[in-house]
Amino acid sequence: MSKRKSRETHMTSGECVSQVQRILRERFCHQGLPEKPVGLDSQYKHLLELLKRTAVHGESNSILIVGPRGTGKTMLLSCVLRELMDINEVQKNLLQVYLNGLLQTDDRIALREITRQLNLENVVGDKVFGSFAENLGFLLEALRKGDRGSSQPVLFVLDEFDLFAHHKNQTLLYNLLDVSQSAQAPVAVVGLTCRLDVLELLEKRVKSRFSHRQILVASSLTFGQYLDNVRSQLSLPQDFPDARFGQEWNDSVAKLCEDKSVEEILQKQFNSSKDFRSLHLLLLLALSRVNVSSPTLRAVDLLEASRLCTVDAKANMLHGLSILELCLIISMKHLNDIYDGEPFNFQMVHNEYKKFIQRKSNSVHNYEKPVILKAFEHLLQLELIKLVDGSSSKTQREYQLVRLLLDHGQIMEALQRYPQCPTDVKQWAVSSLA
Amino acid sequence: MPVQLQHSGYSAEKLQSLTESLPCREAQASTLLALMGEPDQYSYPSIFIYGHRASGKSYVTLRVLKELELPHAAVSCVECVSPGLLFEQVLLSLFGHTAASSLPRCPSLSDFVRLYKQLCSQNPAKQTRYIVLDRAELLRDMEVNLLPGFLRLQELVDDNVTVILLSEIVWDKFRPNTGLFEPLLLHFPDYTKAELQKILARDSHPSYPQELYSFYINILLGVFYSVCRDLRELRHLAALNFPKFCEPLENGEAKESDTHKLWRNIEPHLKKAMQTVYLREISSVQWEQQQEMMEKEAMAPKGLSAYTHVELPYYSKFLLIAAYLASYNPARTDRRFFLKHHGKMKKTNFLKKHEKTSNHLLGPKPFPLDRLLAIFYSVVDSRVAPTASVFSQISSLVTLQLLTLVGHDDQLDSPKYKCAVSLDFICAISRTVSFDIVRYLYDFL
Ligand SMILES: Nc1ncnc2c1ncn2[C@@H]1O[C@H](COP(=O)(O)OP(=O)(O)OP(=O)(O)O)[C@@H](O)[C@H]1O
Ligand SMILES: [Mg+2]
Repeated sequence: MSKRKSRETHMTSGECVSQVQRILRERFCHQGLPEKPVGLDSQYKHLLELLKRTAVHGESNSILIVGPRGTGKTMLLSCVLRELMDINEVQKNLLQVYLNGLLQTDDRIALREITRQLNLENVVGDKVFGSFAENLGFLLEALRKGDRGSSQPVLFVLDEFDLFAHHKNQTLLYNLLDVSQSAQAPVAVVGLTCRLDVLELLEKRVKSRFSHRQILVASSLTFGQYLDNVRSQLSLPQDFPDARFGQEWNDSVAKLCEDKSVEEILQKQFNSSKDFRSLHLLLLLALSRVNVSSPTLRAVDLLEASRLCTVDAKANMLHGLSILELCLIISMKHLNDIYDGEPFNFQMVHNEYKKFIQRKSNSVHNYEKPVILKAFEHLLQLELIKLVDGSSSKTQREYQLVRLLLDHGQIMEALQRYPQCPTDVKQWAVSSLA
Repeated sequence: MPVQLQHSGYSAEKLQSLTESLPCREAQASTLLALMGEPDQYSYPSIFIYGHRASGKSYVTLRVLKELELPHAAVSCVECVSPGLLFEQVLLSLFGHTAASSLPRCPSLSDFVRLYKQLCSQNPAKQTRYIVLDRAELLRDMEVNLLPGFLRLQELVDDNVTVILLSEIVWDKFRPNTGLFEPLLLHFPDYTKAELQKILARDSHPSYPQELYSFYINILLGVFYSVCRDLRELRHLAALNFPKFCEPLENGEAKESDTHKLWRNIEPHLKKAMQTVYLREISSVQWEQQQEMMEKEAMAPKGLSAYTHVELPYYSKFLLIAAYLASYNPARTDRRFFLKHHGKMKKTNFLKKHEKTSNHLLGPKPFPLDRLLAIFYSVVDSRVAPTASVFSQISSLVTLQLLTLVGHDDQLDSPKYKCAVSLDFICAISRTVSFDIVRYLYDFL
């Protein structure tokens, strides 16, 4: 009771909103670690056990964490490490090396990075090594010369693991996995990847050195759990400075999650993908609509956010085309129907367009051919149409074969939304003879 | 009524002046600011803004960042021929000269990230740092790790940084099949006609009243809006043709209230400009000069074909004509066209046409050299027999890109050619040698 009283502070509603934004953005934008990974209990335990064995008992190992994008592979590892680092002994001993397939694009760069992260640049100096294996061996040996006589455990994290399989001869993978098997030094190799078929990328000799332990990170959440998670993601912590505001906010979030329309949106989101990253995106979009003049999260905010997430980008672009460009798209649609999706060239498009103009001369101006060609090229630039055999072809521009990258539905919808679209044009889109 | 921007964490005064400099884009600026949040709060790791050319993507983004004095780096991917240049510009804008110069030669993304991390550990972000990459579609053609790397830069460098990508191409065309960190998508819609009118009318000329200029813009949009909505292009066309619009006023032929007269004067002129300036057939300077010339000589305006004019030797013209015929006529019809006594050929048999197979729709077909020569000798026949080296003339036509060589490497002995000129062009050439080409074209029988 007294605790609550002493903590009671009053902030203006502006300050409160600002504080809410700060806390929630940390979660949605900065991937702040959750208290505990949701729905990944067994995976968490498994990984923690395994890494403990390396960090505490000096056993070597290797493991892959596999799962689609944004499902929490990186987060899972970070959470496990957070707990692991609470063990005093581990914190003192364990060395960590982070490599990322996006950054260390070849083994030379990777080695330099390993050296740097192990703080061995001075030890290595100008030494020249005959092979990758020799170099890595030297590094691990150097670690052994620690004060305790035995070598320090090293954790190698390889994010975007599949990209390392493209390195020449898979030398890095081969050597790291080799070390993890040969008990030269206590080493754990943890790979993170979104490719479920990652093992097929590995050469035989590399594969045979891998422990074949895999953790699959695929959400098995039910919708109920998902909804619970949304609520807790949006809720403010107990220690929010203005307790009253915090309580009100949390109440309103709870109510929001019971709203039928909100539930519908979340159900839709859940069905399309259960990953947390896309959920965070949705919640951020909703959160960005919260400000001093509307200091709570409302159903409309989520509704609007969901609309933004699902909008068809191509339809947006079609809306901004000139009427001439739109007419060319309609011509192409007809050509697609006539030739059954076979590619066509500008000359044919022009011909279709001309036939229309001859029938309905007053609906669209009859432009000279070069003007039409320019419009056609603009469509190419926007990648709404695509050259069949690259731009290097020697054929005249008019005769280069192209394909339309829009489907019937997109075109018809665009026509409905197009501002002041002449009726003739609309009818023509429906039937090439109209 | 312009919308008043209201965002906590930014000075009201600056927001006010920002609003004034962004006509018709207040809503977009406001959305962007809401997504960015207060200067010291985190923003989404990557934001992808797409919309048509000149819809204000770069303008709005950069004005917001500059006006509000937020730390940012703006880089156009067109200017970055190598990733190294890109890294250098980013580090230079965010951390200054010494930082940028400590990049190694030919830096990799790994070097960039390492240096960035090092710099921001010395100098942690108090405010979100922004990296704006304009024409982001070009990133796709650079090293494959660049685009996915920038999209998750926040995670890689562990700094409060947001990467804003700008492009006129939809996001779907960026996604590789193993996926990547999905950015937040934001669309900038095209300007409506009324908005274009409003923005363009702001450029009014100091010595003429605002209403007059606005009237002029209205006419300009009437001509160009159906083909072009690019604000930049329209603005250029407006500036270029305004003197012509003012002419009747200058020499006293019309008053500012004679709107109909002014319209009659400028409209045909603008339509002509569409054929030339808009298509970049001639530069703006040439267009101005040409206008002067035409007035002096009171020449009738020329159409397009006046500019597509190439001087060729006499026989080369016939070679080109023969090549055109060989490209667009089916070989089986050669007898009918070029043999004096071609015997009987059933007309129905000969005229087996479907619209679908019109050769002028499908484009030129390749033909062997001997067919070209056969047609050539036949069309040139009664005239002087050619003495000049036919072969060297053929190769110069190839050099001029009027003919293209399509022979395969493994068939060196029998090269094939295609004619690469348009119907208009060949008609013009034929006229100069009094040859009625249309009579010899299968498509036009
Ligand atoms: N089970 C979960 N519980 C709580 N938060 C989660 C969970 N799964 C994912 N998240 C959150 O979702 C976001 C994305 O997760 P993370 O970055 O770990 O994905 P990833 O699998 O590493 O993706 P990528 O393949 O793109 O690297 C993070 O903010 C993370 O905190
Ligand atoms: Mg990850």
